[in-house]
Amino acid sequence: MERSLVTVDGNEAAAYIAHLANEVIAIYPITPASPMGELADAWSAAGRPNIFGTVPTVIEMQSEAGAAGAVHGALQTGALTTTFTASQGLLLMIPNMYKIAGELMPTVFHIAARTVATHALSIFCDHSDVMTVRMCGWAMLCSSDVQEVQDFALIAQAATLASRVPFLHFFDGFRTSHEVNKIEQLTPDDVRAMIDLEWVRAHRSRALTPDRPAIRGTAQNPDVFFQAREACNPFYSAVPELLKQTMDRFADLFGRRYDLFEYVGPPDADRVVVLMGSACGTVEETIEALAAAGEKVGMVKVRLFRPFVAERFVAALPKTVRAIAVLDRTKEPGALGEPLYQDVLTALIHAWSGAGERGPLPRVIGGRYGLSSKEFTPAMVKAVFDELKQPQPKNPFTVGIVDDVTHLSLSYDPSFSTEREDVVRAIFYGLGSDGTVGANKNSVKIIGENTPLHAQGYFVYDSKKSGSITISHLRFGPRPIRSSYLISRANFVACHQFHFVDRLEMLAAAEPGATFLLNSPYGPDEVWDRLPVEVQEQLISKRIRFYVVDAVKVAQESGLGGRINTVMQTCFFALANILPREQAIAEIKDAIKKTYGKRGETVLKRNFQAVDAALAALHEVNVPETVTATHRRVGVQIDVDDDFVKRVTARMIEGQGDLLPVSDLPVDGTFPTGTTRFEKRSIALEIPIWDPKICIQCGLCALVCPHATIRSKIYDPAVLSNAPEGFLSRPYTGKEHPGMAMTIQVAPDDCTGCGICVDVCPAVSKEVAKHKAINMTPKDEALLERERPCWDFFRTIPEVDRSVVKIETVKGSQLLQPLFEFSGACAGCGETPYIKLMTQLFGDRLVIANATGCSSIYGGNLPTTPYSQDPQGRGPTWANSLFEDNAEFGLGMRLSLDAQYEYAARLVEALAGELGDVLVRGLLESPQETEAEIAEQRARVAELRRRLAEIDRPEARQLVTVADCLVRKSVWIVGGDGWAYDIGFGGLDHVLASGRDVNILVLDTEVYSNTGGQASKATPRAAVAKFAANGKAIGKKDLGMIAVDYGNVYVAQVAMGAQPLQTIKAFQEAESYRGTSLILAYSHCIAHGIDMTTAMNHQKEAMTSGYWPLFRYDPRTGGEGQRPFKLDSRKPTLPFKEFAMKEARYAMLTRTNPEHAERLLGLAQKDIDERWRFYEQMAGVERSVPDLLQEFRA
Amino acid sequence: MSVDLSTQYLGLELKNPLVVSACSLGGKLDNLLRFEDAGAAAVVLPSLFEEQIEHDEMAIHNFYEFTSEKYPEALSFFPELGDYNTGAESYLRLVEEAKASLRIPVIGSLNGTSVGGWTDYARRIEGAGADALELNIYYVVTDPEMTATDVEERYLDLVHAVRESISIPLAVKIGAAFSALPNMARKFANAGADGLVLFNRFLQPDIDLESLRVHPHLVLSTSEELRLPLRWIAILRPQLEISLAATTGVHTAADVAKLLLAGADATMIASALYKHGPGHLTTLLDGLTAWLTEKEYESVDQMRGSLSQINAPDPDAFERANYIKTLIHFGDFGATT
Repeated sequence: MERSLVTVDGNEAAAYIAHLANEVIAIYPITPASPMGELADAWSAAGRPNIFGTVPTVIEMQSEAGAAGAVHGALQTGALTTTFTASQGLLLMIPNMYKIAGELMPTVFHIAARTVATHALSIFCDHSDVMTVRMCGWAMLCSSDVQEVQDFALIAQAATLASRVPFLHFFDGFRTSHEVNKIEQLTPDDVRAMIDLEWVRAHRSRALTPDRPAIRGTAQNPDVFFQAREACNPFYSAVPELLKQTMDRFADLFGRRYDLFEYVGPPDADRVVVLMGSACGTVEETIEALAAAGEKVGMVKVRLFRPFVAERFVAALPKTVRAIAVLDRTKEPGALGEPLYQDVLTALIHAWSGAGERGPLPRVIGGRYGLSSKEFTPAMVKAVFDELKQPQPKNPFTVGIVDDVTHLSLSYDPSFSTEREDVVRAIFYGLGSDGTVGANKNSVKIIGENTPLHAQGYFVYDSKKSGSITISHLRFGPRPIRSSYLISRANFVACHQFHFVDRLEMLAAAEPGATFLLNSPYGPDEVWDRLPVEVQEQLISKRIRFYVVDAVKVAQESGLGGRINTVMQTCFFALANILPREQAIAEIKDAIKKTYGKRGETVLKRNFQAVDAALAALHEVNVPETVTATHRRVGVQIDVDDDFVKRVTARMIEGQGDLLPVSDLPVDGTFPTGTTRFEKRSIALEIPIWDPKICIQCGLCALVCPHATIRSKIYDPAVLSNAPEGFLSRPYTGKEHPGMAMTIQVAPDDCTGCGICVDVCPAVSKEVAKHKAINMTPKDEALLERERPCWDFFRTIPEVDRSVVKIETVKGSQLLQPLFEFSGACAGCGETPYIKLMTQLFGDRLVIANATGCSSIYGGNLPTTPYSQDPQGRGPTWANSLFEDNAEFGLGMRLSLDAQYEYAARLVEALAGELGDVLVRGLLESPQETEAEIAEQRARVAELRRRLAEIDRPEARQLVTVADCLVRKSVWIVGGDGWAYDIGFGGLDHVLASGRDVNILVLDTEVYSNTGGQASKATPRAAVAKFAANGKAIGKKDLGMIAVDYGNVYVAQVAMGAQPLQTIKAFQEAESYRGTSLILAYSHCIAHGIDMTTAMNHQKEAMTSGYWPLFRYDPRTGGEGQRPFKLDSRKPTLPFKEFAMKEARYAMLTRTNPEHAERLLGLAQKDIDERWRFYEQMAGVERSVPDLLQEFRA
Repeated sequence: MSVDLSTQYLGLELKNPLVVSACSLGGKLDNLLRFEDAGAAAVVLPSLFEEQIEHDEMAIHNFYEFTSEKYPEALSFFPELGDYNTGAESYLRLVEEAKASLRIPVIGSLNGTSVGGWTDYARRIEGAGADALELNIYYVVTDPEMTATDVEERYLDLVHAVRESISIPLAVKIGAAFSALPNMARKFANAGADGLVLFNRFLQPDIDLESLRVHPHLVLSTSEELRLPLRWIAILRPQLEISLAATTGVHTAADVAKLLLAGADATMIASALYKHGPGHLTTLLDGLTAWLTEKEYESVDQMRGSLSQINAPDPDAFERANYIKTLIHFGDFGATT
C-alpha cells in the first residue's frame, strides 16, 4: 500500500498510531491533548478497526486519575491500552504511573506537553508536566515535529512491547500538537510490520486470569521491598538498545532514521546546544544560518530522556566541543539547574571520570526558554551560541524575556532572521467566527497534499470566547518546514476584518514588497482614505502591493452570511501564486467538497458560488506616494490613575505583553481586579438602545445580560443637569424610592450584541409590535458618538444605597452594581448572568473559589479580568486552584475565615474592657442577615479600628489584622458540571457533608464547555456530545437529590430564564443559610446548538417540559409536619421532544440515526416523567432536619 | 350488485377515488401501509421542500462553522457525525420504501424554490420510483411591481421545465387565487400537466393575542370548505381533458360523492385522517358504496361529472358568487296570447 502524504497536526499523528495499535483507550479531556481522545472516539464511533481487526473501546473517565486507573486495570488483564493527556492531567496519573512501571506493564501515554499551573494556569507549552513525572520509572521519548510524533508514537509502541518498560511519548503542546504539517503517513500494514505479535502474546501471557491465577499489587515489608524494587533493573538497562534496534528497524522499513541522541552540525563544532522538543527545528535552522556565516556550532537533539544514557549522549557530542548550553523548557526553583542540564552534567562527569583519555571537560551552562509557549526564535538561539563564546557565560540563564530582577536573561537581536526567500510566509488576521482558521487549514492541506511543496500552519487564538481574534501563520516552501516559531517577516498579510486596521499593528510583520489583502467594504478607489496613518505609512514605506475584496458582500450574495473564509482563501491563492489559478480554484472546490460534503449540496453550491465570485471582486489598490490619513490606530485608553494598569495591563491589552520585563510582573500571581473595562473591544454590530417611553422597569434586561453591559440605575433627577446630550431618563415607578429618576444604559463598546436583553423584554409598543423597550440598533459611528458619553456619565451616577433596595425582586436586584463585567465569555453565555447576580447580591463581601473551566477562563484569563469593585473599593476576591479540588479549596477559605473570625472574636472579648459592652455585643452578636445589618456591622468594625488605634495592647495590634473578618464573608464555590459531577465530585460530596457555611454554585451546561463539549455525567440521555456521538445512552446524574439526601444541605435547582424570581430567592436563601448550600443553575451554552439570542426564553421550555424542574430544598423549613422540599415549577405540559428539537444536540441525532434517536428520546421522556413523579412525592415528604448547625456557628 | 369504484387519475388506474393527500402522516411508511389497508387507492407523499433542505443544510453547516476554531481549548463544540441525512436522501428513501411496500400508486410531491431545484428533485423522485409527481406550487407575492402575468408565466415555465425533465405523469397542485382560473388551467394543461389538484390549502398566519406575535399554523379543514373545489371542478370538468383531483374539505362519503358528481377523478383526504385515523378511509369507502348502491349507480365512472356545469340542470348556480334572490321567470310562458 502506497504511503500518502497528508497534512495533519501532531495530535492527529499520535492518535492515528495509538488507535491502530491499541484495544482500550481511557481518556479525560484536557487542553491541548483533548483532540487525541476526541479523534480516537470519533474513529471508533465510525467503526475504524485497529491492526488486530477490532474497534478500540474508547471510554471517557471522570478524571485523569480515573483514566490512569482504567488503563492500569486494562493492562493487568491483558489488553493493549493507552491514554492521552497533559499538564495537571499527567500529574493526576502519577500514582498509577508508578504502579504501571513497577509492574513492567507495556503501554505508551501520549502527552501534549503543557505548563503545570503555578502562579497562574497556562494552557500553553513547556515541559513542566513531563519533567514532574520523570521519576516514575517510564521511558521518556520526545518528538520534535509532526512527522516524528507519528513515527515515535509507533516506535514507542514497539519498544514498550519489546522492553516491557512503559513509555511516555511527549511532544510540545500547541506548537506540535496543533501545528498542521505535511507528513508521510504510515499505513496499518506498516504498523503491523513494527508490532511483533510475539510481544503482544507475551503481554497477554502475563495478564491476570483465573485460569492461571496470580496476585499483583501485594503489600511488601522491609524484608523484600528493596530487593524487589531492584529486580527491574535489567529491563531498564535493556531499553536503550531495544529502542535503538526499534529505530533502526523503522529506518530500514520506512527510511527515516532516528537515534537516542542526534547531533546536528559540523563535526568540528566548538559550541553545542542540547535540548529536546519543537525548538530543535528552530535551532537546526539557526545552525545552518550560522554555519553559512562560518560559525562552528551544533546541537544535540535529545530523543530518549529516560533512561538517560550517558555514554550515548557523550558519543553524540563532537570531540571538538568546548562549551555546551543545555536548554530546558521548564523551571525547577531551588534546584542546581533544570533536569536536562543536570543530566547532561552528570553524564559528562560520568564519562570524564571513567576510563580513557579525554580532553578538557567542556564548559556547561543551563538555561530556560519557552515557558508557556514563549516564543523561541533563531535570534534567541543565536544569543545562546553567542553567550557560549563569552569567557564567563551566564549560568543559569534565561532567553526570550527581559529579566531585570535577577538579570539572568540573555539579550538578543530581534532583527536576526533565518527565514528563506523561497518560502511563502503568510499571516492572516481573522475573527474566530469568520472561518479564517478553518480555511487556512484547508489551504495547508491543498498545498501540502497536491504540490511537491512542504506546508505548515500554526494558529494563534486569543483567550476571549466572544469576538476572539485569530492569527494564522502559514509557511509553504520547497524543503521540510521546521521553523517552530511565529512568522515575523511575512511576504503575505491578509486582514479578514476591516476594523482590525484600526486596532492591530498587522503590517509591522510585513517585509518590503509583501502583498497585503484586505477584506474591505470600500472599493479600490475609496479604501485609502479609510486607513489609519500607521497602515498608510507601512504600505508606502515597504512598497507593499495592496489588494481589497469585499468578501462580506460576496459571501452574503452567495448565501453564506458573514462566513467569508472561502472568498478570502480564493483571493489568497490568486495572489500567492503557489498554484496556477485554475488549478487552485479546482483544488479549493475539491477541499470544500471534502470538508463540507456531508452537510449537503446547498453548502457546496453556495461555497462554490463564493469561490467563483471572489476573483471578480478582488482589486488592486494604487498606493499613493504620501500619507494622507488623519486618524491613527486606536490605542488603549486608561482613565484611572493606576500605575500597574497603565504600565502592565495596558501593554498586555495592546499585545505587547512579551516586552514586559520581569520586574513589571507580580511575584506571586496576584493581580488587580476590574480591568476588563479598559479593554474596549467593541465587537458588537448592533447594540440595545432603550426606549424609556414604554419601559416597565422590570429589570429583566439587566438581569439576563451576560456581560453586564445593560444596566439600570435610579438616582436623584438633579444629577441630570450634567447629563450629556441624548442621555435618556424617566421617573422611577417603584414606591420605595419616590421622586427618583431611572435610566437603562448600554455600555456601547463592551456589549457583544447577543440580543438576549431584547428577546426577554416584555414591554412592547402599542403602535409597532416589534418595537420594544430596548431594541437592537446598528452600531454606527453616530450611535457610538452619542452612547459613549452617555455610558461614561452613567458610570458617574452614584450607586444606590444597598440597604434600602428591595433586593429580593428582579427590579430591585438589578439596581445593585454588578461587580462582574465585560468578561470574555461567549456572546449570550448562560453562565455569566448567575455570576453577575451573585456579585450584585453579595459582591462586597464575596470570596470565590473557582474551578478550572469556562468560568475560570472568562473570570481570570489575562490580560484583563472581569471581577470589579464598588465605589468603596470592595468587591469579589477570586482564586482558581485546580479543576478537581475546587470544593475543598473553597472549604479551606471558609475554614480560614472562620478561624480568623474566632480569633478576632476572642480578641474583641479580651479587649471588652477598653471597647465597651455595646460595641462588643454589637460586633459579636449582630445577625448580619440583611444589607442594613451588614452595613451596621461595617460601621462597628470601622469604629473598632478607630478605637484600636488608641489601645496600646498586643491584642489590639493583632485585632487590627483580623478585624475585617468580623463582617460576614460569603464564600462561593463556583464551577461547571465537569467539575461538580465528575472530576471534583468526591471533594464536592465531602464538602456537602461538612455542614460548613459555603455556597456551591454549579453552572450546569451539561457538557465540558471549556474544552469543547465533551459529555459529562450531567449530560442527559439522548444528547449528542463528544464521547457520546450516538446520543448519551444513560440519564443525567441527579446531583440535586444526592445533596438533598444529606438533609442538612440547602439545595436549589434554578433556571434564570424560566423563573428569575426563584433564582434570586434561591441565591439569597443559599447565602443566608449558615450551613452548606448547593445551587444547580441551568446554563445554556453554544455547545447545545441553540439560538443564543432566544436562549433565556428557551429556558422556560426547559422548565415547562420538565427537562429542568425547579425546586428548593431548605433544611430550615423542615420539622414536624413540614415539607422542606418545594417544587417551584409546575407539572410538565410540553413534550420533551418539542423542547429538544430546538437544540442541535438532540435534533442532530434524529437526522443521523432516526430510529435510535426515537428510542433515546422516548427514554429521555420517561426519565423526565419518572423524575417528576419522584419529585412530586418528595414534595409531599415530611422531613425533620436535626439542627446540627449550631455547633458550626461561630 | 357490486358497484365499480375504480377511476383513472393521471393515467393511473385507481381502485377507487380515495387518495391520501400530501400531509405529514404520509411521512411514515407505517402509516402508508395502514392507509393502503384501509382502502386508499393511492398516496401522495408529503412534499419535499427545497427551501427546507437548504435551510437545514445551512443550519447544520452554520452550527459547526460558527462554533469552530474560535478558541484554543475548544476548536469545536460538537462531534462530527457520520451522515446528517440532509438533502433529499431521506425523502427519496421514503419514495423507494413506499414503492417497495405498497401495491397502490405512490405519488411524489415537490415544492421547489429554484428552477434548477424543481427539475433536479423531480428527476430524483422519478428515479426513486414514484408513479407520478405532484408539484406543490405557491408563491406569496408581496412585491407590488410583480404582475399577475409575471407570476403566471413563472408557474407555467416551471411546469414546462419539470414536464421536460421527467416522463412520469405530472399533477399540479394550485391555489384558487387566479383571476382567470379556466384560462390558467388550460395553460397548465398545455404546459404539460396531466392533472390539476384543486386546491392547495395554505398554512395561514394567525395572531396570538397573548404574545402579540404572528403564529402561522395549520387548522384542519371542514366539509364546508369543499365548496370551493366543488365549484371549480364542476366548471373546469367540461373544459379540460386532464385529470382533476379535489382536495380540501373531504371528510365524509357525501363529500366524496359530491366532488365526483362535480367531475373529480380523485378526491384527496388529509384532515379527516388526522381527526379519525386511517380507518376513516374504510368508512368513506363503505359510505360511498352505500350511496352509489342506494342511488343505483353502477360505477363511479357513470356518476363522475354528471353534475358538472355542463351537465347540471342549473349551470348558472356554479357561477353565482353572491346570494341573490332566486330569479323567478314570470314571463316566457310561450305564445299563449
